[in-house]
Amino acid sequence: MATAEKYVGGGVPRKEDPKLITGQGQFLEGLTLPGMLHAALLRSPHGSARITSVDVSAAAAAEGVVAAYSGADLADEWAAGLPMAWPVTDDIRIPDHWPVAQDVARYVGDAVAVVVATSRNAALDAAELVEVDYDVLDAVVDVEAAVADGAPRVHESFDDNKSYTWALTNGEVDEAFAKADVVVKERYTQPRLIPNAMEPRAVVAQPVPSTGDFTVWSTTQIPHVAKVLFALTLGIPESQIRVIAPSDVGGGFGSKLNVYAEEALCIALARRLGKPVKWVAGRSEGYLATIHGRDQVQEIEIAATSDGDILGYRVHILAAMGAYLQLVAPGVPLLGAFLYCGCYGGEAYHFECTGVFTNTTPTDAYRGAGRPEATYAIERAIDSLAREVGVDPAEIRRRNFLPAGDMVQSPGGLAFDSADYEPALDRALELLDYDGFRSDQAERREGGGSRQIGVGFSSYVEICGLAPSQVLASLKYAAGGWDAATVRMLPTGKAEVVTGSSPHGQGHVTSWSQIAADALGIPYEDVTVLHGDTHVAPHGMNTYGSRSLAVAGVAVHNACDRVVDKARGLAAHLLEVAPEDLEYEAGTFSVKGVPDRTKSMPELAFAAWTAHSLPEDSEPGLEASCVYDPPNFTFPFGTHVAVVEVDTETGAVDLVRYIAVDDCGPVINPVIVDGQVHGGVAQGIAAALYEEATYAEDGTLETSSMVNYLVPSAAEFPSFETDRTVTPSTSNPMGVKGIGEAGTIGSAPAVINAIVDALSHLGVTDVPMPASPERVWRAIQSAQGGEA
Amino acid sequence: MIPASFDYERASSLDEALSLLAAGGEDARPLAGGHSLLPLMRLRLARPSLLVDIGGIDELRGVQDDGDSVTIGALTTHHEVAGAAALTGGSGLIAKVAEGIGDPQVRHRGTLGGSVAHADPASDLPAALLALDAEVTLAGPGGTRSVAAADFFVGPFMSAADDGEIVTGVRVPKREGWGSAYQKFQRRAQDWAIVGVAAVVNWTDSGIAGAAIGLTNMGGTPLRAHAVEAALTGTSEKAQILAAVSKVSELETPPADENASSEYRLHLAQVLISRAVAEAAGCPGMQR
Repeated sequence: MATAEKYVGGGVPRKEDPKLITGQGQFLEGLTLPGMLHAALLRSPHGSARITSVDVSAAAAAEGVVAAYSGADLADEWAAGLPMAWPVTDDIRIPDHWPVAQDVARYVGDAVAVVVATSRNAALDAAELVEVDYDVLDAVVDVEAAVADGAPRVHESFDDNKSYTWALTNGEVDEAFAKADVVVKERYTQPRLIPNAMEPRAVVAQPVPSTGDFTVWSTTQIPHVAKVLFALTLGIPESQIRVIAPSDVGGGFGSKLNVYAEEALCIALARRLGKPVKWVAGRSEGYLATIHGRDQVQEIEIAATSDGDILGYRVHILAAMGAYLQLVAPGVPLLGAFLYCGCYGGEAYHFECTGVFTNTTPTDAYRGAGRPEATYAIERAIDSLAREVGVDPAEIRRRNFLPAGDMVQSPGGLAFDSADYEPALDRALELLDYDGFRSDQAERREGGGSRQIGVGFSSYVEICGLAPSQVLASLKYAAGGWDAATVRMLPTGKAEVVTGSSPHGQGHVTSWSQIAADALGIPYEDVTVLHGDTHVAPHGMNTYGSRSLAVAGVAVHNACDRVVDKARGLAAHLLEVAPEDLEYEAGTFSVKGVPDRTKSMPELAFAAWTAHSLPEDSEPGLEASCVYDPPNFTFPFGTHVAVVEVDTETGAVDLVRYIAVDDCGPVINPVIVDGQVHGGVAQGIAAALYEEATYAEDGTLETSSMVNYLVPSAAEFPSFETDRTVTPSTSNPMGVKGIGEAGTIGSAPAVINAIVDALSHLGVTDVPMPASPERVWRAIQSAQGGEA
Repeated sequence: MIPASFDYERASSLDEALSLLAAGGEDARPLAGGHSLLPLMRLRLARPSLLVDIGGIDELRGVQDDGDSVTIGALTTHHEVAGAAALTGGSGLIAKVAEGIGDPQVRHRGTLGGSVAHADPASDLPAALLALDAEVTLAGPGGTRSVAAADFFVGPFMSAADDGEIVTGVRVPKREGWGSAYQKFQRRAQDWAIVGVAAVVNWTDSGIAGAAIGLTNMGGTPLRAHAVEAALTGTSEKAQILAAVSKVSELETPPADENASSEYRLHLAQVLISRAVAEAAGCPGMQR
């Protein structure tokens, strides 16, 4: 029975939640196969060391152990090294990257041996028995130290530690700076961050020795991409690999947008031993062996008039790649390269980035990937400009916003869809009660107490919907940007949606069900969404970069339209009228002027299945597919506001309010959008106040667990205040833009700007991230000392 | 990470636990709530050969009012300590401290005895026991004994308990009429203190008649700030208190770690002592 109810835009309960909140979700650690073996890796404890010998004999002889191998033992397993898919320049230096190091271990955590046993415990115990002799070399862990003359080289085969330099220039930059009344120049560091998905990484590889087929279960965001890359790395025909990303993959934030050593290793071990092989990361092991994010040093200059009108930008970045180049690591700074001018105007723009090897865990895309870094730099620097020219920070943003409109040219070189930045700022100021805040602040300052308050703004624009394949080609990205959907009416009137995106917490099953239920006019409950298994969903580019809705979701929408088109032909045939004489609404075709002559979608699904009477040239069944490749990126935007109270005696920062006004276009499910904003904002605040991965000079990861890598909990946050403006994108027929990363992108600069604002009367102009109490206290001490 | 393998025995009485520990040798360890020991085992930093689970020994659980002092059994959870009505006067400090340890899960599983026996200089309870001149009671193969808190904590994760001895509880003087406060400074709600200040103060019409200050995470053991206490006695105004707290710098150089340098810890200690003293004195005019 068709329903007139509209699901899109409503806060229907997430289909994913009941099993997760009742403990019926299945993480990969729970998968057990007959005869399954368990792998444990021995990892280098040195930042840089030549491996002089590996003796696995004691481990191999331990109880329960089936095999133990060094990197050299496994060298002939690899048809190619671990893949890197974004060679951003023609002369980029790409080092060999083997799943198990063969000659030199280049970071603490680089695998040097693997033990396979009948239980995980036996494998872990035996890994301690592997004896490795190292010739320890000097390590370099800091990007600036790594590019200094005489720095230890991470890769001896390269002359220095630079992987590539990528540059972009628009307009006459020197001219803009020459005529400027004011130039502000700032230097910021982006701390290295460790992604913390709920589910640690895990993989199970199952061989069928008689056929040479492999099934690989992996906690991956990219089952389809991984399938191609497993084939290339292992020399197995792609047609003989099935990859399954389980339906409950517990989060990724980019950390599972990769092809990892342990995935390739489990497949190789399964091939060699003829049995299923499983590996599950421990949390601290994941801190060493799963990609990190950020770790950049940024220099930004803004040229402006004395009124604060921006003329031009100059940006230089050093970006840590870590010891090797992971899947898309070189391209991460490029995702921010067009955004160091934010949502502001100007006539000239120069950006330059050098990717740098260090003896650290490789970096790669972490929620926001390049865009939080860019937004941080411009949103901090525009506050510096506001102070320099004596203009209110909200006003200087308004003064420099790009004009509202579609396809508005940014100084960075891209044309932004759906630009309309003032309403979000206005709404944020209204929610804040800006005038009231400033008067409270003045009162506190007057009182002179130890608790001072400040407000910080961040008006961001970002790039989502990673998409147009031709544009990605111009950036030398090695894959396409399309995604695929198939929508299939089942004989009983239910629908199956097969999607190429691979959700791992986002709620695609819910959102895709809403889209299909509305388009097909059937109940939300009657839609099933299939994903993550390359045998079920044959095509996909998967889930990252806030792309799923704006690409794969639109593919679902378009495929539904095609199903309705086919159904229209069948309805016309059965009702014996011309297709154009039919009206379609909420799953029912009716003859114009004869409203009681109808065919519903379930009726048509059944008729298409029996195929007893079909139009000429029509085939049985009622399904359609769409592969969608959008014409442009999408550019969500918004204004975030943080209010902090700073204890000037201790440096402690209390986040009092957090307001997020985002514009992601039309909303499919407001509960999911709020959830994405909350989670993203929490991760951005975490970067601003808590999280920072640090290395000792010898390459030891000091923040090796959640004891000292400070992932905040709910206790550290106020209740977030969220609101939206809605400006549809012109890049796709649904007008949707993406919301997965906006919170992370907008939030960190708002928090730091608020701290600086709270302390500006004491002379403080900068506090580095994360703003630990000691750093805040030292900023106050140094500002006060400067005055004395 | 998964612990190295170990043997496990569950004791139903104190005597049985002591004999199991004696039989297990020097690598045998008692297990109570497990919230200090198990994390170390998980990282394989601790590798006991035998765990003797004392969690079922009822005689070691509970809070007893002895008139001018309170006896708390080792297996009493932090949650139970936080709600103990017998902890009045200055001894109320123990309840305030217990209320802020870790998170609710830790407070419902973790025990007072486990926290004391672990002797972590960053743990909250030891500083409070020190400030209150509490005694730690021990049982071992040779019988039972009491050790003053000041003598019990001898180094980082090292106590005066001998191998084979079990902490059975603490005895805390009530100090009726004294006020108390625990100022804990940490990055996240569930973290260990970067610095903690446990203060008990006897505030009279003429000012501070007596004060005792215990410090968390300011050295290799919990510390008493005796010089500060002496300087505080007889003071009644904020300026005098600020002068007194500066004497905390006469203690050993505080440790440096990823959360705080020595210099910052010393600064924090001064701020937190003055706040704790003002709060314990119950005199709002002295705060801020």
